[in-house]
Amino acid sequence: QRFKGLGITIRFILIQNRAGKTRLAKWYMQFDDDEKQKLIEEVHAVVTVRDAKHTNFVEFRNFKIIYRRYAGLYFCICVDVTDNNLAYLEGIHNFVEVLNEYFHNVCELDLVFNFYKVYTVVDEMFLAGEIRETSQTKVLKQLLMLQSLE
Amino acid sequence: MPAPIRLRELIRTIRTARTQAEEREMIQKECAAIRSSFREEDNTYRCRNVAKLLYMHMLGYPAHFGQLECLKLIASQKFTDKRIGYLGAMLLLDERQDVHLLMTNCIKNDLNHSTQYVQGLALCTLGCMGSSEMCRDLAGEVEKLLKTSNSYLRKKAALCAVHVIRKVPELMEMFLPATKNLLSEKNHGVLHTSVVLLTEMCERSPDMLSHFRKLVPQLVRILKNLIMSGYSPEHDVSGISDPFLQVRILRLLRILGRSDDDSSEAMNDILAQVATNTETSKNVGNAILYETVLTIMDIKSESGLRVLAINILGRFLLNNDKNIRYVALTSLLKTVQTDHNAVQRHRSTIVDCLKDLDVSIKRRAMELSFALVNGNNIRGMMKELLYFLDSCDPEFKADCASGVFLAAEKYAPSKRWHIDTIMRVLTTAGSYVRDDSVPNLIQLITNSVEMHAYTVQRLYKALLDDISQQPLVQVSSWCIGEYGDLLVSGQCEEEEPIQDEVLDVLEGLLVSNLSTPVTRGYALTAIMKLSTRFSSVNRIKKVVSIYGSSIDVELQQRAVEYNALFKKYDHMRPALLERMPIMEKTATNGPTEIVQTNGETEPSVLDTKHPPPVTQPANQVRTLKQFWYLHSVLCCCSDPVSPWTFQLQLLSPSSNVVPALNQGTVTQVIRVLNPQKQQLRMRIKLTYTHKGSPVQDLAEVNNFPPQSWQ
Repeated sequence: QRFKGLGITIRFILIQNRAGKTRLAKWYMQFDDDEKQKLIEEVHAVVTVRDAKHTNFVEFRNFKIIYRRYAGLYFCICVDVTDNNLAYLEGIHNFVEVLNEYFHNVCELDLVFNFYKVYTVVDEMFLAGEIRETSQTKVLKQLLMLQSLE
Repeated sequence: MPAPIRLRELIRTIRTARTQAEEREMIQKECAAIRSSFREEDNTYRCRNVAKLLYMHMLGYPAHFGQLECLKLIASQKFTDKRIGYLGAMLLLDERQDVHLLMTNCIKNDLNHSTQYVQGLALCTLGCMGSSEMCRDLAGEVEKLLKTSNSYLRKKAALCAVHVIRKVPELMEMFLPATKNLLSEKNHGVLHTSVVLLTEMCERSPDMLSHFRKLVPQLVRILKNLIMSGYSPEHDVSGISDPFLQVRILRLLRILGRSDDDSSEAMNDILAQVATNTETSKNVGNAILYETVLTIMDIKSESGLRVLAINILGRFLLNNDKNIRYVALTSLLKTVQTDHNAVQRHRSTIVDCLKDLDVSIKRRAMELSFALVNGNNIRGMMKELLYFLDSCDPEFKADCASGVFLAAEKYAPSKRWHIDTIMRVLTTAGSYVRDDSVPNLIQLITNSVEMHAYTVQRLYKALLDDISQQPLVQVSSWCIGEYGDLLVSGQCEEEEPIQDEVLDVLEGLLVSNLSTPVTRGYALTAIMKLSTRFSSVNRIKKVVSIYGSSIDVELQQRAVEYNALFKKYDHMRPALLERMPIMEKTATNGPTEIVQTNGETEPSVLDTKHPPPVTQPANQVRTLKQFWYLHSVLCCCSDPVSPWTFQLQLLSPSSNVVPALNQGTVTQVIRVLNPQKQQLRMRIKLTYTHKGSPVQDLAEVNNFPPQSWQ
């Protein structure tokens, strides 16, 4: 029942590798550390058994996961059952393209060594469990500005 | 104290660990170093230390001792400090910790900071994890920022406002003035987040919903511009202009148009335009189309538009991309009740999806297929569905079998087809059918009088092939017991078995490890019934007596009663084991109880509760016939939980001859004990001889005065 938040769209965003290591975990709902760990493990279990003949959508508890695999990484967004699957698939791709541009052909190690920057990218594109900025050029411009402040 | 190692250094070191234990050791060592550094209140390296802590936290190690340090970082003036501090707050703090509230003041200051990026950090943090108290305190600041001309901040403020409203719905009103000009924005990002904010407000409050309905023309215009405008590099995705914004606008239109005719009409044209003009070669176009379909189906659209929407879904079904097929099936399932005819047109494509590789697509296709079955397409559809039943995964079989039974019951073109279909299900998925299908099928078979011979022959053959599927075995045993005479009498088209062969099969069921106790019960009863249909009575007597000492209590009881029937009440046996009458489906448990009463309950009732009147044999037969039907009908009406709500006592009739020419009557008293005050109904079957020939008479009594049983 905790997951039935009226209006909350994105519950969490996860980036995991095939072995189950978390490269990013952004939560838009309150969970205990234990619950978070459990969710991470469950998502990993559910998503890694699927292959090319499956859709990119998995019914998960009483909502759903939209996911996409890029090389060894799974990008998962957990949304409400009523949300538009195809649109969130585009959202994931948009996000990945920004990462790719920002890190110049991003690979997993980039996400590891620059984890706090990955969070910055997420926070430029998503907020309060909603998609915030979708223009890749705009996001990249902001990211470079932020970088210059360091 | 040497400078703490850099983040990169730490990451590199940890990655060299070869085992979990080694990693843990490194982490513990580093945490200890960080802890002493924190104790020394070192400002210079706090940021670095917290960053390292966050990394270790991401690996799954506890980092709560860094919470206060995050707060200190947030309060710092340096941007790098603030940034890591806020990140730490978002990762390590949640609203259940008191520490969380200490942030409020910092955030408040930062919301008014001179640098927009600091303001942005604050808005982001508040918008992602602000508690209700924090939201209450800071709502005013957010509202102010919503009205700023800085689009970077306005976007963040809009979504932050969404979060505030979710946490503290009463504050919604305060954001109303700021929404006035949101839609006249040129900036796509602001427009996008504004639409999200408006959506949130409309979904939460019917008043807001009515208030914002007036925005429909403006939204329509914006959407139109998006579609018609030329290439816009900033928001272009595969040639489509800001698809995310289009999707959000469509969603808001859906909420505004729902249950409102005027709004729905105002958006009719634009929906049709989007539906026909959107490029469908890539996923992004289909995402927009999908949202459009969802909107069309939800508002009060005219029928032409709805048909257009369903046709889009039909085209989706043919798409190579399984994601698109999946969403199409999901939506069609939702609309099949309301737009049945339109969906029917895509039936063959839907049926093809039964062969898809993805399990969730198959499941939806199956559900949709069942929803589309009707009297016209039943033969073709059933062929496909039975084929699916043959080859599908076990997780589907139970639901598919139930679906087939339901559809067959509703639309069977002929009794023979119906029984063939049921046979097919029992033989291919027999172990997956639900428990209640056995009595339902028995009732169906009983009521198809002309098919008895055909059915029992087919069921017998099925038994010869396979005795592992219990529902099949149970139905077959029952039928053989009932119609065994037809099986051996040459009424069947093929070579009929001889009596001993049939008894071999039934006895085989009794001893087989594959048979459940329930099945054994069916088998024993069937054998008993054959004692009046076959001539090998001695063999049957032997079997029955053997099971009189069975360890299975149920089996033992039955055998003992049947034994008694042979020994003491042999004259009643033919009547008791007679063919079952046609059953009405009164209660759902009706058939089950009738099956139970067949041949097994009467003896126990007779033996233990009501010794029959001891008069001339012919009289007894007559009496018993009445009694039997009386009992079975009453059981039909009784409480499904305890079939034995009635107890009967039949007293002797006043005479066993009815005088001719209405010169007298015969009365017989029946005492009914009805402690649960169930409604009384009685069916009477009288058999008597008149001028030497037997006569039968049936009557029903349904009008017992309520006082008699209430």
